[in-house]
Amino acid sequence: MTMKTTAPKDRAPQDEPAKLSSTAQGFTRNLNTGLGAMLVKILAIAVLDATALFAVFLAVAKDALLIASIIAVITLVINAIYFKRGWLPAKYLAPGAVFLLIFQVFVIGYTGYIAFTNYGSGHNSDKDDAIMSLLQSNQQRVPESAGYPVTVLEGADGLALLVEREGQSLMGDVQHPLAPIDPDALGQYTQLSFADLLGRQQEVTSLAVPMSENPADGTLRTSDGRTAYQYTSTLVYEPNADTMTDSTTGLVYRDTGVGAYSAPSGEQLMPGWSINVGFDNFTRAVTDSSIRGSLISVTAWTFGFAFLSVATSFFLGLFLAIVFNDLRMKGRKVYRVISILPYAFPAFLGGLVWAGMLNKDFGYVNQVLFGGASIPWLTDPWLAKFSVLWVNLWLGFPYMFLVCTGALQSIPDELAEAAKIDGAKPWQIFRLIKLPLLLVSVAPLLISSFAFNFNNFNVIYMLTEGGPRLADSGMNVGATDILISMVYKVAFVGSQRDYGLASAFSIIIFLIVSLVAVISFKQTKALEELN
Amino acid sequence: MSTSISTPRKAPKKGFGQWFAATGWRHLIGVALCIYAAFPLLYVLSASLNPNGTLLSSNGFFSTIGFESYAKLFANEQRPFAAWFANTMFIGLTTAAASVFLGALAAYSFSRMRFKGRRFGLVSLLVVQIFPQLLAVVAIFILLTTLGEVYPGLGIDNQIALIMVYLGGALGVNTYLMYGFFNTVPVEIDEAAKIDGAGHARIFFTMILRLVAPILAVVGLLSFISTTSDFVIASVVLVSPENQTLAVGLYSYVSEEFTSNWSVFAAGAVLAAIPVMALFLFLQKYIVGGLTAGAGK
Repeated sequence: MTMKTTAPKDRAPQDEPAKLSSTAQGFTRNLNTGLGAMLVKILAIAVLDATALFAVFLAVAKDALLIASIIAVITLVINAIYFKRGWLPAKYLAPGAVFLLIFQVFVIGYTGYIAFTNYGSGHNSDKDDAIMSLLQSNQQRVPESAGYPVTVLEGADGLALLVEREGQSLMGDVQHPLAPIDPDALGQYTQLSFADLLGRQQEVTSLAVPMSENPADGTLRTSDGRTAYQYTSTLVYEPNADTMTDSTTGLVYRDTGVGAYSAPSGEQLMPGWSINVGFDNFTRAVTDSSIRGSLISVTAWTFGFAFLSVATSFFLGLFLAIVFNDLRMKGRKVYRVISILPYAFPAFLGGLVWAGMLNKDFGYVNQVLFGGASIPWLTDPWLAKFSVLWVNLWLGFPYMFLVCTGALQSIPDELAEAAKIDGAKPWQIFRLIKLPLLLVSVAPLLISSFAFNFNNFNVIYMLTEGGPRLADSGMNVGATDILISMVYKVAFVGSQRDYGLASAFSIIIFLIVSLVAVISFKQTKALEELN
Repeated sequence: MSTSISTPRKAPKKGFGQWFAATGWRHLIGVALCIYAAFPLLYVLSASLNPNGTLLSSNGFFSTIGFESYAKLFANEQRPFAAWFANTMFIGLTTAAASVFLGALAAYSFSRMRFKGRRFGLVSLLVVQIFPQLLAVVAIFILLTTLGEVYPGLGIDNQIALIMVYLGGALGVNTYLMYGFFNTVPVEIDEAAKIDGAGHARIFFTMILRLVAPILAVVGLLSFISTTSDFVIASVVLVSPENQTLAVGLYSYVSEEFTSNWSVFAAGAVLAAIPVMALFLFLQKYIVGGLTAGAGK
């Protein structure tokens, strides 16, 4: 290597040293970053490409063409970035940017898309899936149909049914419709004995083998393991008219554009499918009185909670910083370390532990501190709000204490001394000189603390789960719920999950947070400091 | 407040009143502060050592001491605490290490290179970090459900998928903290190395990374803490008990068998808190520096 690098230098004419030495430098640099690093790079990209290729094949095999093309594009871009000369910044930014684009930027955009759909319980997939599952549920035995003698077999795919029909042996299981079977293949199956049939009765009775590829033909089921009957759906699907007819009542359900087959009376067949509903979720949030009321009260409490959390922890932190900022005092370090403990304690555990301590019937606070009183700390709307703030103060004041101590110590003593000589009293020195200087340095931190508490899910959910529940709300929303915990509850708690509405709430939070951010950026001018 | 006049040493026998007026009242507040800060922690420690187990019987402060709750904690098969602990450490450490690496790469390019779109990149990072990932939790859930249909290894209930989601937030605030610190390392060092023939990769991996080690520790720790205490995304992504993290698992302890299993939960809480608190106190100096640079908890 060293021999090669010196070679061009030797050949360089003496009269142009500057120009050629820079070429030589470039050459040297390339060689030095050379072999080892190059091998690692090629190897890493080869592994990446191989994985991506495999992933693309898998996606194509499962008809997920969008996923396949996204992976292909990302891989091509990465290859281009790392094999092209130059583009140095891109080489350093690409790895983080890929994750950022998919799991932060894309999902935010996707939230916006979901907010315009009715995605949720009963509207989970597309129309074809909904038709299929409607025809598979609601099945009844075809009236007065003849029974088929069957044998229950067990194979690699679970239980299967063997039927004799019109002198032909047919076999099928849950996934494979009845089909003629080669007698030789029967060797792979074992017949269930009578004792097995009794022991696995539930498994046997729930076995439904499709009669054919057409779901309208229904399924074959057996209740005793010997005779099977044809079951068909009470619903009949008319592909041309796109209607579902209930054959027992004669009621016709149509696709009226609400994401489910609906009867004229408004009754819907579930499951439905996910459709675009435009601004429905947003209009519901503002006009439906049961949702609007809770949305307004939750938004107000979110602001109140975030503001009061910052204010209380800031003032307690500032007060403590002042108290302990006296050089004559001994043992300040001990106090400081002990007071940091709540900050080091995981926040979610803090909420859970306090929930136990504040328990109405058995908690420490009521039983010991209040002598057996039963104060509803977590179940009365106003006391619960107080408790949430109290616990958040416990978790948050050490941060403000640390920050204020740092800010106070960085204010030069000369200022206070000069003011003292001019006859200022200690309180005046603090209020007119130290406090303004301190606020200048901690203001950005107060804003980011506000933004953090605005979405401080853990404290709320671990302590009260958002409860106690609001009486006048149509949703599962409580008095201490903040916007983010409401989103979580609407989307993931309980049997009725409404992803569309939850996403619409998320978008509302995005708008509020953006507004707060614009205001705070204007205040701190953080953007202008970037260079 | 530091207006103290140098107190003459020759008067060692000050009156109590004088002492109290000067620093004594501060100690009074200090003691009150310590009780407020440390009491809940002592309470959970005492509850974990209480063999009777219920919430009510945990009120006797350190009245009985035994380790039965810890034994029960590890014996419960429906709630595999050891697995939760291992999962949390795996997810937390992997996310922290990868975040530090990705963040450092980005911070290096922003700090040392001048390119078109650099300011735009910095501003977008600042803007993107305003919107925490948990706001998009519904979209993350649906995205992972869709991905899982194609690649079962990347779907719901998979820890690698969760780590990938967390890495979406690896740039953002981390890059900012690092960017500021990288700027304090003199560019002359890079230039000297360049003249000696080192390439950009060598400068980054062998020199810069060592010089910025303190900020790497801070970012790694902050990322570890925020990952291990995340409940929202972890609870949505991880479904089966043996895959869950401590935050999700311990919450299920409390939400389902609240009062009867209290000391077992408390034992779990103590064990879950120890690594985080130890790390925190150990790296306290660095963290306090990082905090004032603008990281919230």
